[in-house]
Amino acid sequence: MTEVAINPVNPYLRMDRMPSIWCPGCGIGTSVNCFARALTQSKIDLKKTAVVSGIGCTGRVSGYMSVDSFHTTHGRALAFATGLKLGNPELNVVVYSGEGDLIAIGGNHFIHAARRNLDVLCVCVNNFTYGMTGGQVSPTSPATAKFTTAPLGQFEEPFNLPYLADSCGAVYVARWTTFHVRELTKAMRDALKKRGFRFIEVISPCPTLYQRRNRLGDGLDAMKYYQEKSVKKNGANTSELRIDFQSEITVGTFVDRERPTFADAMNARYKEVLGPRYVPCPDNYVPPQAKGEGT
Amino acid sequence: MSDAGGAAKPKKVRGTVFVEVERCKGCGFCVEFCPPRALDLDTGFNKKGYHPPVLTREEDCTGCDLCGLYCPDFAIFGVIIKKSA
Ligand SMILES: Cc1ncc(C[n+]2csc(CCOP(=O)(O)OP(=O)(O)O)c2C)c(N)n1
Ligand code: SF4
Ligand code: SF4
Ligand code: SF4
Repeated sequence: MTEVAINPVNPYLRMDRMPSIWCPGCGIGTSVNCFARALTQSKIDLKKTAVVSGIGCTGRVSGYMSVDSFHTTHGRALAFATGLKLGNPELNVVVYSGEGDLIAIGGNHFIHAARRNLDVLCVCVNNFTYGMTGGQVSPTSPATAKFTTAPLGQFEEPFNLPYLADSCGAVYVARWTTFHVRELTKAMRDALKKRGFRFIEVISPCPTLYQRRNRLGDGLDAMKYYQEKSVKKNGANTSELRIDFQSEITVGTFVDRERPTFADAMNARYKEVLGPRYVPCPDNYVPPQAKGEGT
Repeated sequence: MSDAGGAAKPKKVRGTVFVEVERCKGCGFCVEFCPPRALDLDTGFNKKGYHPPVLTREEDCTGCDLCGLYCPDFAIFGVIIKKSA
């Protein structure tokens, strides 16, 4: 009976690469547990699923997952994912990376992928800093918090990522923390079953840099902060989701709508102009199971 | 682990956990967020010097696998024990 029990996340991991490089109490691995369960529950075809990451601690996710994966250059995960999706429209493409990678150096790709409604799921692990390079200011760093590059406290206006994704046209926008493992799993599962640009922000501890430099304790302290200070507001106005230093964190599903994807729009336009001469881009792959009942 | 010796009447054990001791980094997420608080961090160390969890109160474990969902190092998971015989 129990002799043969295996961890449900194991089939999704390249076990030869374990243990991970992640620090004790880092939240990235917790988000991977949710992602692995969401992959199982959504019943999408793993042979047609690819995970793309840029560079960073979160960028390691692509290398640890035992599906087809692509560890790209810093900031370019969405650019590579665009090519991957257009070259092979049947693929379920998931971009999994940090906020520095996706929103700082990769910010341009981000706004345009959302604007075009590129059919990818984008998971952004937001730990408020550049983890891999030693704790510099990132585009979501809360004001007054201290960083390697802001020892006197950061003074820039941070991005509110759900607002950014919403205003650029994402069809699904949610934010959870690594404390909300069940909700995050469900969000990932729901998003895997949708088409178009889907964005999930995962607020996650970085005990080694963000917490330590700001005397916020370890990973567990961050998790308790999320537990105490998170407020669930599904459908909240995304302009009101700003996060300040140790402030309340609004979590939930904020956007869930339909809009033609990049391929839909291209097919519609060219069919209109070229008529029967046009050979359409294959319809974006929708897993047959996803059309049926939700798990 | 080894405190199950008492000859008291066996309680209906509903769940248990599997811990991969050497993979644990001692973050304590599993201990803190186990709903019935069935786990404790061991006083002993693994090879890397972390305190892995132990299921001190096995009778309280429901096998819900929340510890497995939380563990950032894939070092623990819970299973429901099916009643056999
Ligand atoms: C072109 C280029 N510029 C800069 C870097 C250095 N670099 C590596 S990771 C990183 C930021 C990582 O931060 P984030 O994406 O938030 O991920 P985290 O490590 O926090 O998970 C930077 C600036 C690089 N590798 N390549
Ligand atoms: S530096 Fe921060 S983000 Fe990177 S592995 Fe360590 S805790 Fe995680
Ligand atoms: S399976 Fe559930 S009840 Fe059992 S130790 Fe893990 S979290 Fe606790
Ligand atoms: S959550 Fe995982 S790494 Fe953290 S103490 Fe428990 S078993 Fe160890």
